[in-house]
Amino acid sequence: MTTQAPRFWRSIPQRYNLKGTHCTRCNEYFFPPRNLCPNCRRGAHLEEYTFKGTGTIVTYTTIYNATEFFERLTPYVLAIIQLDEGPRVTGQIVSSPEGVKIGMRVRPVFRVLGKEGDRGIIYYGTKFAPQREQE
Amino acid sequence: MVSGIVSYGVYIPRFRIRVNEIARVWGDGDDISESLQVFEKSVPDLDEDAVTIAVEAARNALQRANVDPRRIGAIYAGSESHPYAVKPTGTIVGQAVCSSSSFTAADFEFACKAGTAAIQACLGLVGSKDIDLGLAIGADVSQGAPGDMLEYTAAAGGAAYLIGREGLAAEIESFYSFTTDTPDFWRREGMPYPEHGGRFTGEPAYFKHISSAARGLMERMGTAPNDYDYAVFHQPNGKFPVRVAKTLGFSKRQIEPGLVVPMIGNTYSGSCLIGLAATLDIAEPGDRIFVTSFGSGAGSDAFSISVKERIEDIRCGAPSVRDYIGDAQYLDYAMYAKHKGKLRI
Repeated sequence: MTTQAPRFWRSIPQRYNLKGTHCTRCNEYFFPPRNLCPNCRRGAHLEEYTFKGTGTIVTYTTIYNATEFFERLTPYVLAIIQLDEGPRVTGQIVSSPEGVKIGMRVRPVFRVLGKEGDRGIIYYGTKFAPQREQE
Repeated sequence: MVSGIVSYGVYIPRFRIRVNEIARVWGDGDDISESLQVFEKSVPDLDEDAVTIAVEAARNALQRANVDPRRIGAIYAGSESHPYAVKPTGTIVGQAVCSSSSFTAADFEFACKAGTAAIQACLGLVGSKDIDLGLAIGADVSQGAPGDMLEYTAAAGGAAYLIGREGLAAEIESFYSFTTDTPDFWRREGMPYPEHGGRFTGEPAYFKHISSAARGLMERMGTAPNDYDYAVFHQPNGKFPVRVAKTLGFSKRQIEPGLVVPMIGNTYSGSCLIGLAATLDIAEPGDRIFVTSFGSGAGSDAFSISVKERIEDIRCGAPSVRDYIGDAQYLDYAMYAKHKGKLRI
């Protein structure tokens, strides 16, 4: 079996903790992280930034026929989420499809993203859940 | 050296199945929930396991007291359902919650008491001043074979405790352990479900070990049940902790706040620690809590805990046990089987 372990390992900071970058000069946030600010170019001041993970659902779709990797999860919701700092990310929403709405506030949750079958590694990372009422 | 609990956090999956729904499938009577005193149990989501539960509980513990994760010098994760046989749960938790890699980590397994064993290990390192803070976790997605009695109670959940010397929400005054070679419950390498000795899990296992550890600690400290405001005992079902409490001289009132098994089932390594968290959720400064875990195989760890003023500052910093219990979504047996991977596609 060919493992994707090195590829997965390289993206652990982004997957576990939404690590991106922030240009302190133009105040733009980037996810996934960029090592060049397209606005400031050579004048950029980039620093590592951990996103809060809270945001708003911009749009979503419900998957009923998934690939082999995800067929046990169907039906599940994939959404584009606008993080509060600005960037948009694609992520799974941990909710029944009926519970998801455009404009809904979400928070990050730590979940299994996938598995390399029964013998390979387990991919962990961030999904999103509807925000609790008090948040 | 005074050391104890700096913060705590829990996580309980939001899915539940009613015990009577399981009984319906296997042809057992509705009275099974009454006889077990367990009415529903928590079920993990399709993408949850002991690691994800441990991470959520640890994040809640850090958030509750606004602790800098760089202070953590040790992570010990207790579970009997670590998703990897070789690849520590503690490494994944550490990467997810720590901003530094300067910590030691190891996984513990001692059936349902691996979490309290992790607390003891942290107390040692904290007490010797080798580390500032230790993170001790008990988390499980416990397994029960279809149709087995365990299926009525085997649930999912976990708790994480930050153990340190300063800013204590509760001091751990002393602890005492009692361990023997008692084969009451086991799972062999590669087997999906545990086996157990039926009634043998009662008197020679649960009751003997909890009673011995609890009496041993009270004798050592010169305390008695009426010196404590609350007590928590491991909760494999709703009957055993009530009976062992009565035998030891504790009242129903003392164990009531921490008795969560009727609503969420037996969360194994999380069981006793979630019960303690539910008690800390309502305890007042000055209260004393007596805690005794039990792990099959078998052993018990008893702790004497004194609640400090700091509890008032951190209590509302993260969801309480009752918050999680109240957030419930019910499954029928078919969906439960899908969630637990009992259906092979």
